[in-house]
Amino acid sequence: METVTLTIKNQPTLYLEADTITPDNFSGKKASEIAALHAYEGRDQVTLGKYFEVSGEGGATAEDTRIVVKGNVSRVKYIGMKMTAGEILIEDNPDMYTGAWMHGGKLTVKGNVDAFAGIGMKGGEFVIEGNAGNYLGAAYRGDWRGMQGGVIRVKGKAGSDIGYFMNGGTIIVHGNTDVHVGTHMEGGKIIIKGNAPSKVGGQMVGGEIYVYGGIDVMMPGFKYAQDEELEVDGEKGNFSLFHGDTGERHPKRKGQIVYGKLYLRN
Amino acid sequence: MSKSVTDVICPFCGTLCDDLEVIVSDDGKKIEDIYNACAIGAEKFMHAQAADRVKKPRMQQPDGTYKEVSYDEAVDYTAKMFHKARKPLMYGWSSTSCEAQSIGHEIAEKAGAIVDNTATVCHGTTLIAVQDVGIPSCTLGEIKNRADRIIFWGCNPCHAHPRHQSRYSIFPRGYFTNKGHKNRKMIVVDPRDSDTAKMADYHFKLEQGRDYELLSALRVALRNEPLPETVAGIPREKIIEVAEVLKSGRFGIIFFGMGVTQTLSKNHNIDNAIMLTKDLNEFTKFSIMAMRGHYNVTGSGQVLGWQFGFPYAVDLSRGFARYNPGETTSNDLLRRDEVDAIFVLGSDPGAHFPISSVRKIAKLPSVCVDPHITPTSEISKLHVPVAFVGVEVGGNCYRMDNVPIEARKVVDPPEGMLTDVEFLDRVNKRLDQLMGGKK
Repeated sequence: METVTLTIKNQPTLYLEADTITPDNFSGKKASEIAALHAYEGRDQVTLGKYFEVSGEGGATAEDTRIVVKGNVSRVKYIGMKMTAGEILIEDNPDMYTGAWMHGGKLTVKGNVDAFAGIGMKGGEFVIEGNAGNYLGAAYRGDWRGMQGGVIRVKGKAGSDIGYFMNGGTIIVHGNTDVHVGTHMEGGKIIIKGNAPSKVGGQMVGGEIYVYGGIDVMMPGFKYAQDEELEVDGEKGNFSLFHGDTGERHPKRKGQIVYGKLYLRN
Repeated sequence: MSKSVTDVICPFCGTLCDDLEVIVSDDGKKIEDIYNACAIGAEKFMHAQAADRVKKPRMQQPDGTYKEVSYDEAVDYTAKMFHKARKPLMYGWSSTSCEAQSIGHEIAEKAGAIVDNTATVCHGTTLIAVQDVGIPSCTLGEIKNRADRIIFWGCNPCHAHPRHQSRYSIFPRGYFTNKGHKNRKMIVVDPRDSDTAKMADYHFKLEQGRDYELLSALRVALRNEPLPETVAGIPREKIIEVAEVLKSGRFGIIFFGMGVTQTLSKNHNIDNAIMLTKDLNEFTKFSIMAMRGHYNVTGSGQVLGWQFGFPYAVDLSRGFARYNPGETTSNDLLRRDEVDAIFVLGSDPGAHFPISSVRKIAKLPSVCVDPHITPTSEISKLHVPVAFVGVEVGGNCYRMDNVPIEARKVVDPPEGMLTDVEFLDRVNKRLDQLMGGKK
């Protein structure tokens, strides 16, 4: 596997839209060709080389390409957008849309990510070692198909509206979240190992939400079903199962109504 | 002798009353009296006559004083600001005509600007929800003639839309509502004892920030599913009772305002309210409508909608339209230092934005186009006074129910004063010259 290292040398005065930073775009390219790739600052088209020191070269394919992004990238958006394979390691805190519409590969962020990380994600592994912002793994505005596959793991906290319109895949948050978890959720799994204040699973049609900590205010449309012993993310535990949201439409399977499942750890 | 101008449109709130009568002096220069308008609307007309009105563009000097400049200099300064900026923000657009908005958008396309209107701190969340789940709506005329179940959720029309209830929602005797307010059941959801709430048949005084739960609870009640004992501080029995009242009506309407769009849950509240409306249509006819504030904020959404496909927060910086509230909305752009110039027309962010955003405006190159002296004009580098739309110049406006109404001219503007359209047109031409035909 070949490694390309990007080290930021000039900070953009506005924000840099660098959706070209993906293994797919870097594969088969030398450092000078990577430095000539386009990015945008406001209405100006610029090159990556204006802001980043590029070293190393891309592998033959995206799978063989690893990208390491060093330095303060808190004013850089869209890193890893639509990546399909390979690896990206971001050592600092990137801005919005990190790993947006990701299809595959592995994306690791050592710091925090801002809002809209992993929106519309279809596959791959996305690890955030710090905190995540709002709309993690959510749908893009107006889309009713949110996250559809892959795994997002947040070691710290997450913001509000995570898993909005989620259809598939898994989101694991080790810390607490803000309001609105899995709103309009139709499939997939959200595991919150901390607390979630309120509005968990509102308008939920299907899918599963696990909350290990507490919920301050439950949504009125969740009714207790039974206790279950389950293995979640590699550990066993006792959970109370709630069905909901009973205010929302639900499909039927074999004559039975299929509810969304909210598990609270006992 | 004075003459009377009838059927005048009131350019104040989204109700866009079209029955005002204005008495004008014989020479057509002075407004003497106004009939039928509410106190706020009348004041808007009278303010055009103020003796201390600014009549020439003013440039702020380094010591904070103002120097009068000509319109030519103002046009040149504005066009140069757009030419130099790499990501300017063009905010406002709610208190002007659709014609002016359209020219503004032409400038925005050339300058790679972001166009945002006052919905960003108002009903923008409604527009997100409408995009997510659609909206079953109607016109105010239908409500006047048919509606017998009226919900005011998080809004206070007694003060914000003073003639709304008398013209459309509560008191008028319509074709199928010939007993006026006696035909109607009024439900108000508001944590405060507002003047609107005092008139209600049912007042849900809910806990703050729990609208989403209460809307959900009503939907649960409609499906005859079990409810907890209280939701948002409202007892279960009361929620079920009101759900029955709503079901038993012939035609219902939910009006909602800032109390739900800008409190906790924001777009999700409206999303759930729209879904409640959809659910109620299983039993009877129900509609939902946003209580839009400025008289032409709806028009700004319409014009942006047909020109670029999105109703607010449209980012044209890369030559095509993008939209994502949270990123391309004015406060986020200002807070995060994403823009390098600001142009304000027909709004007052200085009075309505958080102080952190206002401080950013004060530091940026800025132009404020407004007939009044406002907090925004005071922090802008250039203040350009213009004629009042709907008083001194006509133009197209959209009512809160998306009905277009042509505003009328009543008196002449002060001599030499430009209108929004004329000023923007000149800026547009000057920008063309500066760019030399290039994008």
